[in-house]
Amino acid sequence: MTLMALLTVIPILVVFGYIIVKGAPAISWEFITGFPREGMRAGGILPAIVGTFYLTLGTAIFSVPLGVAAAIYLAEYARESWLTRLIHIAIINLAGIPSVVYGLFGLGIFVFFLKFGTCLLSASLTLSIMTLPVIISSGEEALRAVPQSFRTVSVSLGGTRWQTIRRIVLPQALPGIITGVILGLERAAGETAPILFTGAAFFLPRLPNSPFDATMTLPYHLFVISTQVPGMPIQIQYGTALVLIVFVVGMNIIATFIRSRARAKRQW
Amino acid sequence: MIKYLHPLKPGARWRETLISVVIKTCGFSAIVFVGLIFYFLLREGLPAFSEVKLADLFAVRWYPIEDYFGILPLLSGTLIVTLGAMLVAIPFSIGTAVFIAEIAPHWMRDILKPLVELLGGLPSVVLGFLGILVLTPFLRVYLGLSTGLTALAGSLLLGGIAVPTIVSIAEDALDAVPQGYREGAWAIGATRWQTIWRVTLPTARSGVLTAVMLGLGRALGETMAVMMVTGNAPVLATRWDSIFMPARTMTATIAAEMGEVASASVHYHVLFFIGLMLFLISLVVNVVASRVVFHQKNRSERVLS
Repeated sequence: MTLMALLTVIPILVVFGYIIVKGAPAISWEFITGFPREGMRAGGILPAIVGTFYLTLGTAIFSVPLGVAAAIYLAEYARESWLTRLIHIAIINLAGIPSVVYGLFGLGIFVFFLKFGTCLLSASLTLSIMTLPVIISSGEEALRAVPQSFRTVSVSLGGTRWQTIRRIVLPQALPGIITGVILGLERAAGETAPILFTGAAFFLPRLPNSPFDATMTLPYHLFVISTQVPGMPIQIQYGTALVLIVFVVGMNIIATFIRSRARAKRQW
Repeated sequence: MIKYLHPLKPGARWRETLISVVIKTCGFSAIVFVGLIFYFLLREGLPAFSEVKLADLFAVRWYPIEDYFGILPLLSGTLIVTLGAMLVAIPFSIGTAVFIAEIAPHWMRDILKPLVELLGGLPSVVLGFLGILVLTPFLRVYLGLSTGLTALAGSLLLGGIAVPTIVSIAEDALDAVPQGYREGAWAIGATRWQTIWRVTLPTARSGVLTAVMLGLGRALGETMAVMMVTGNAPVLATRWDSIFMPARTMTATIAAEMGEVASASVHYHVLFFIGLMLFLISLVVNVVASRVVFHQKNRSERVLS
């Protein structure tokens, strides 16, 4: 059993170590802030970094309010009934849908039906539906973890449902909710399939100016330069992978940090 | 459920009602989205039935350029790669989960759990990227194949991607087994291994099964990593060593061909049809996974009461 665990853990470390070692030489100020040149074979990857950042922001804008509100509904407003069971089943199913099917859906509804075209908006909306189940389920869990006594005390002081939620329950559950949000966004930042046909572009000469522009993104960029472009220097590929990993792992570390600090500062 | 008071000022009551309406609407959003996705997949995928004869749709040749839309090679590709991934993932993940939950000292647990979660958060393109550069040449050299881009490479990578999902849920399930069960086993003289195999694991059986099913769902739906290492050749697997040959999954087909498809063409509809099948398959897997939890919980509740 120890052997199994070791065999699982060692590849993880090897993966990280490999990319760090091979990608670090490519990282330079020019790499991070420059534009690609010579068909991506030289220069920097700034548009991809900025694009991923905008995409993550857009996803957060759409999925966080909706997801947190839905979590509040499930934890505070809803009574145990067939309807709430149906909602939970729907969330489980949303979480299990293959990412490429989300891409198809995004293509069908946002790009074609609503005529947004291939742009940041379509990609953000697609990714936010994908992130929704994560935010809702972790949010609901965080809200339920707040002891009931907090709520009863609020009622005893004359608080209404929304007052209780807004002033007492929500602030207490906030670290857990934020952790869930960050983990969900981390996944959205690294996904390629949903944005393949809804927002990603291979080469753009300038940064996206409006939500209706297509954008370069880090995961899509890595995919294309490692499979579609002949003669791509290995250095740049590893460098791009490294930047993407740093972005994703950074979010993970922030989320873990928030989670452990919240656990220590908990009032119950 | 707490009985909340109604606010006394009429203005506040109005606001309270408005907020609860907004929140209730958001609460139903999950159902709305699932329904919407299902509807769109149906809308764009069902025309495939009228445009391609059923026998042709389930034929053995997938060559859209020449109007061959047989999806059997894609189904077999998904089946082989996913099955192989499960064969790889299940032993490693259950072993790791047992190790983390039962054997590792606390300080090691606090390092291992986040590490496994970290692997779970790694974007699949990165794993596919490493797969192309490291795994496939390795397979080519050590197995003497003509190319390393095979179903086997896909299975290995997919197994690696499914492991974090299975480990975290299985570990939670093992953790939830009451300590009293273990102590009872020790009291009658069981060794550590006997306790794990005969008491803890069977008790956590439903949770572990759920974990495996969710890992299966993850493996089924994975697109990028498999697309980069399986070779993308839609060939029906007919021999026992087909795992050492290139294959193509349903997910990779959609991802690879959607970009070049004309809207509302036959190819477009068939790709949506494949997406519909993926949606339904993952629906079944998820419903079964949640049923396994409910069913087991009811049974154990009956036994204990």
